[in-house]
Amino acid sequence: MSEQHHPLVVQKIQEKYPDAVLDVADARGELTVTVNKDVIYDLMAFLKNDSELTYNFLADVTAVDYSLMEDTLMKYDYARFMLVYHLLSTEKKQRLRVKVPVHENELSIPSMASIWKVANWLERETYDMFGIIFENHPDLRRILMPDDYEGYPLRKDYPLRGRGERETFNFEQQNL
Amino acid sequence: MHKDPDRVSGEPMTLNFGPQHPATHGTLRIVVELDGETVLKATPHLGYLHTGFEKLGEHHDYNQYIVVTDRMNYLSPLSNNFGYVLAVEKLLDIQVPKRCEYIRVILAELSRIADHMVWLGMGALDLGAFTIMLYGFAEREKLYSIFEKTTGARLTTSYTRVGGLMRDIYDGFEEDVRAFLNSFPKTLKEVHTLLTRNRIWMDRTKEVGVVSAEDAIDYGFTGPCLRASGVDWDLRKAEPYSCYEDFEFDVPIGANGDVYDRYLVRMEEMVQSGRIIRQALDNLPDGPVNVEDYKISLPTKEDAYGNIEGLIHHFKIIMDGHGVQPPKGEVYCATESPNGELGFYIVSDGSGKAYRIRIRPPSFIHFQALPHMIEGGMVSDIVAVLGSLNIIAGELDR
Repeated sequence: MSEQHHPLVVQKIQEKYPDAVLDVADARGELTVTVNKDVIYDLMAFLKNDSELTYNFLADVTAVDYSLMEDTLMKYDYARFMLVYHLLSTEKKQRLRVKVPVHENELSIPSMASIWKVANWLERETYDMFGIIFENHPDLRRILMPDDYEGYPLRKDYPLRGRGERETFNFEQQNL
Repeated sequence: MHKDPDRVSGEPMTLNFGPQHPATHGTLRIVVELDGETVLKATPHLGYLHTGFEKLGEHHDYNQYIVVTDRMNYLSPLSNNFGYVLAVEKLLDIQVPKRCEYIRVILAELSRIADHMVWLGMGALDLGAFTIMLYGFAEREKLYSIFEKTTGARLTTSYTRVGGLMRDIYDGFEEDVRAFLNSFPKTLKEVHTLLTRNRIWMDRTKEVGVVSAEDAIDYGFTGPCLRASGVDWDLRKAEPYSCYEDFEFDVPIGANGDVYDRYLVRMEEMVQSGRIIRQALDNLPDGPVNVEDYKISLPTKEDAYGNIEGLIHHFKIIMDGHGVQPPKGEVYCATESPNGELGFYIVSDGSGKAYRIRIRPPSFIHFQALPHMIEGGMVSDIVAVLGSLNIIAGELDR
């Protein structure tokens, strides 16, 4: 992992999508690019297919609920959620973190499942835990929680010990 | 034998596999649609062991969470402990002493051998080779004795600490590990004799559950499963973390991406782990195992009981809200766990507890590809493929 590669990555992204880049951070040897939601699908396809970047491997998809972190909220126009993608280039041995702010009143974002098959379940889990809707997802169902479950456990307003679901969980009515 | 052809190629049959099934080795479930013995469609269901590990991370302080990491991949808890504290140390931007790094690597590689031994035993048991299971478990037992003497526990080790280790290794650790390193190649050799050219084993595993190199990357495969498909990618070589750049070892690569190659890759990985451990033991440095910063690691007992500064530091680390407090920021730290890339993504808000902890579990991602690997195959191949992926339910559902 060499950090000399980072300026090139930033430059290429900024050239391609000049208006979409909201923030660039290079800390602890990790490069983070925060972009606008509108371009995310095209940007990911570009990062994967560009011959100088070759981010061919999607390592992880997750989200963070920033509702209790005031300064981050303010920085991104009070967008509650942040989608986080971790990319890896096995050829260049480089990693890249792409973040996308998502507002609570429009909780949808394009699915990456048509670019990487691994995105399918990772996005299902993000939907399950945070309630973020992935457009054009082939199979957007809950994955860890039961199908009839209400609420999104990893949101900050969800209590650690649940809201009493454990006591009222009806096994017999589960359509398994 | 059915004489009426309609009876064999009639309506597809639905078969429920799990959640309680001897070959799932964990609580997971697959609903399979069959036409005769051919798998038409497979739908995995999971979440039976969901315990909210990621949510817990937001309510535990950084050292308390080490206990939770034991429970993720319960076949190799020391590797999880290792990966997690590396992420926190990256967040804190601290460097642990060389001795600590070496001990961590020795234990992580011993865990890899333990994990692969159980994988081997279980995978072979599912295909009817009962003896291999006894061999694998006997070897793991020797390792568990070493782990128990080192950490005080066989499974819930919780041995690492942010900025160091729970304690130094015991006197005689080196002899015990060397004795194990001298004895386990014999078991590997016996397993090779029993399985590698065994006609039944080869028929059951060759060209079963094939994943091409492109598909393996597309499905996010890492670790032995990716390497069995012929991709040369090992985080210990590609992004050497801790002190892996000090050691010489080879990365075994498969060619066909089938169950047989995954078996061979894991077998050779154990030999290579042995090489790493030998080098680490030969060059094990002296010195402390914890960073000498009492805001991060606990002071010695003499200090805590003997002088006021030591007592205050001890108190500050233990008390809720006073412990290790990394600066604001985020890190993603990936390590090569026995199953593949185990990643920890930690967001810190500057307090003593993580704002968000995300675990990138290799099992979850490998399990996703299961339908791709078994659809079109025979029903009896399901257990062979499932076994070769080494799905650990604790890590799958977290």
